[in-house]
Amino acid sequence: MERINSFNPKKFVSDYAIILLVLLLAVFTFFNSENFVSQSNFKNLIINMAPRFIIACGVSGCLITKGTDLSAGRQVGLAACVSAMLLQQMDYAAKMFPDLPDIPWFVAMLIVMAVMSVFGAVNGAVIAYLKVPPFIATLGMQLVVYGICSISTGNQPMGGYKKSYLKVASGTLKTGAEDVSGLFLEEKANLSDTPVGFVLDFVPYLAIFAVIVGLFIWFLYNKTRHGKYMYAIGGNESAAQVAGVNVSATIIRIYVLASVLYGLAGFLVGAKAGGASTATAYGYELEAIAACTIGGVSANGGVGKVSGVLVGVLVFEILKICLQFLRLDPAYTFVAQGLVIIVAVALDLRKYLAKK
Amino acid sequence: MSEYRLEMSGVVKTFPGVKALDHAQLKLRPGTVHALMGENGAGKSTLMKCMFGIYHMDEGEVIYEGEKVQIKGPLDALHRGIAMVHQELQPIPERSIGENIYVGRYPMKCRGLVVDHDKMYEDAAQVLKEVHLNYDPRAKLGTLSVSQMQLVEIAKAVSADCKVLILDEPTSSLTAAEVEALFTIVDELRSKGVSIVYISHKMDEILRISDEVTIMRDGQYVGTWSAKELTTDFIITKMVGRELTDLFPKRENIPGEVVFEVEDFTSIDPKSFRHATFNVRKGEILGVAGLVGAQRTELMEGLFGLRCHTAGKITYQGKELKIDQPKDAIKAGIAMLTEDRRATGILGVLSIADNVSIASLNQYLIGGIMLDDAKIEQLVQENVAKLSIKTPSSKTQIQSLSGGNQQKVLISRWLANDPDIFILDEPTRGIDVGAKYEIYCIIAELAKQGKSIIMISSEMSELIGMSDRVMVMCDGRVTGFIDGAEANQENIMALATRFE
Repeated sequence: MERINSFNPKKFVSDYAIILLVLLLAVFTFFNSENFVSQSNFKNLIINMAPRFIIACGVSGCLITKGTDLSAGRQVGLAACVSAMLLQQMDYAAKMFPDLPDIPWFVAMLIVMAVMSVFGAVNGAVIAYLKVPPFIATLGMQLVVYGICSISTGNQPMGGYKKSYLKVASGTLKTGAEDVSGLFLEEKANLSDTPVGFVLDFVPYLAIFAVIVGLFIWFLYNKTRHGKYMYAIGGNESAAQVAGVNVSATIIRIYVLASVLYGLAGFLVGAKAGGASTATAYGYELEAIAACTIGGVSANGGVGKVSGVLVGVLVFEILKICLQFLRLDPAYTFVAQGLVIIVAVALDLRKYLAKK
Repeated sequence: MSEYRLEMSGVVKTFPGVKALDHAQLKLRPGTVHALMGENGAGKSTLMKCMFGIYHMDEGEVIYEGEKVQIKGPLDALHRGIAMVHQELQPIPERSIGENIYVGRYPMKCRGLVVDHDKMYEDAAQVLKEVHLNYDPRAKLGTLSVSQMQLVEIAKAVSADCKVLILDEPTSSLTAAEVEALFTIVDELRSKGVSIVYISHKMDEILRISDEVTIMRDGQYVGTWSAKELTTDFIITKMVGRELTDLFPKRENIPGEVVFEVEDFTSIDPKSFRHATFNVRKGEILGVAGLVGAQRTELMEGLFGLRCHTAGKITYQGKELKIDQPKDAIKAGIAMLTEDRRATGILGVLSIADNVSIASLNQYLIGGIMLDDAKIEQLVQENVAKLSIKTPSSKTQIQSLSGGNQQKVLISRWLANDPDIFILDEPTRGIDVGAKYEIYCIIAELAKQGKSIIMISSEMSELIGMSDRVMVMCDGRVTGFIDGAEANQENIMALATRFE
């Protein structure tokens, strides 16, 4: 019998090859560039990771059930555009809907998430009832969503966001604490240059969104029927059906949830960029799929953890930052990222082939 | 040259965590049928896969025609004259029979650039004729039945003009007549000097067809005997490593009143089950007999909501049930162990705990949302103890367990729901002799508790040994019932072959 806790160096290296490689790259970058380890770079990492982690959480459910979601990036883009339409400044000259009333940012956020859920429901229904392979179904949806995005925005980039919306991305616990103190004190407290401020500055609001989503997904995957059904379908769909699992309903729920998360992520991406266009979130679906795979969500289905997704997103972001600090032409970084995706999946499948 | 055509000795093969072969050996004489026997997991298939080059052995040597060789892969094996018919078929149903026979080694023309289809089909027709099969080589393979495909697979091996032929459970899906046809082919090959390795669980077949028998246990070589000096009891004792006094447990169930009735149940597919009418009593074991193609599995899957039906009425305790999908059946108190454990039973990569609890998660909710892990663990532990499931922990992946233990986990899954009717489709298929007895005990115990059992089986002895009543099907129809005490091979076969 295999010992459960025995450490096998060879297996460790092959299981975590990509992660180890990227960490090596990070060490190399550290010695060959300046300011690689800095406060601003670290904060940037967290801000970049937050929406990508939320997207990857959405995609992970699709992957665990042996599906995929190629429409993720476009849905995020559309969500960013819809957020833009809802949250432009009241007096902005190029406002898309001049008669739109003043909507609080969180109401807009919920509206965007609700709108996006429709696309998830369609994806899920097409896959569950029409039995279209997820690859094809979501590839089609990718084009549909892109088209809708182009039509609704008239292919014009949008900007002129309200301050409250921009603050969702730029704010940290530090600015938050300062604002709250302003309600009680005559003058806002200034936490800059204080140790408390230094620590709180590392927690952008975006990170809080990501943490909430992470905890929610962890709970959903590990502690609910939906989670168990999802793993069962990924492990063996026919067997799950025999065991009484409502396969279609579970799949639809998974794709709806994914789209709701894309909605949230799009809302945050828009706030972060301060604008949105049809090109927003280009290629995010592949990044999300890559991050999940690096994090151990198996392309064979039935396997995957939230912690793994987090690690995957982290590793992929570190990879990007390293390439940037090494001053690689952005065109080359695409090549590098693409290779990492292929190698990650190949290594993942090797774990199963190794049994032969 | 030695007296053996092929000798394998000292073969060791380790998989992650399991030593599948531990100094196994096999010696084949030319022109003989050599049966390889052992419980499931004894390493028979693994040894054959080593011989055929699918697996590479860690240690050991192969001497083929007096020469030490290393078989690099299936293609290398075929070139050397070693062919194999696999336990699990690997057909390409959308392509023609001829292409399936010659896949990977098509006859070529135009300097090897173009497949010579004419020659391929001519040769294929010749090969099919040799094994007495009357199929058009240009027909799609998918138009044949599973057992016919199996025979084509054998034709494929024969066409390789082999000196060693490995047959891994070739008769598992064949009808009696087809088994006879196969034996004729085997006899002809033997007289041509081919060495045949024959893996099967069916004792009567082994004793009839084979010249020598090698028995394996836990990956190790037990011994080789001449088939003439062997008896069924002796083989079982050697395979299991201990004496088995009774093959079936004593049943103490007392069938009561009729609780489950099926009337005029008809499939949406006109070739499948039709007008099935039968009933099951409380605490009764109803055996279901029939040949391959009798549509027994289809009927049961129809009752369980896995297949569509056009007409028919199902009643349980006088109440009519409406079953469109498995969920409905489960709610009505029906449980089903499917025929193909790997395809439709186990959730391979998931833990024992997940596999046991998946059908009954509704019972372990706290506040309607959160699952109670402690309660689930308790359920799993209870079942592991009750059914004596051998597993290191409840977190172990189910696919790492043996077939018998997997089946016990699946039974636990249904026990958690406390159903009244169990449909068991080939409950002991692919399970070794020792574990079979344990499964029989569980079935007998369930019946004693008043559960109604419907048990499909293709093993005559199992049907006769376990059933209170045997229902026989032929070609989609129920052709009769036989009382368990009077059931025997002859009267079951008579009903099973009553074609219209």
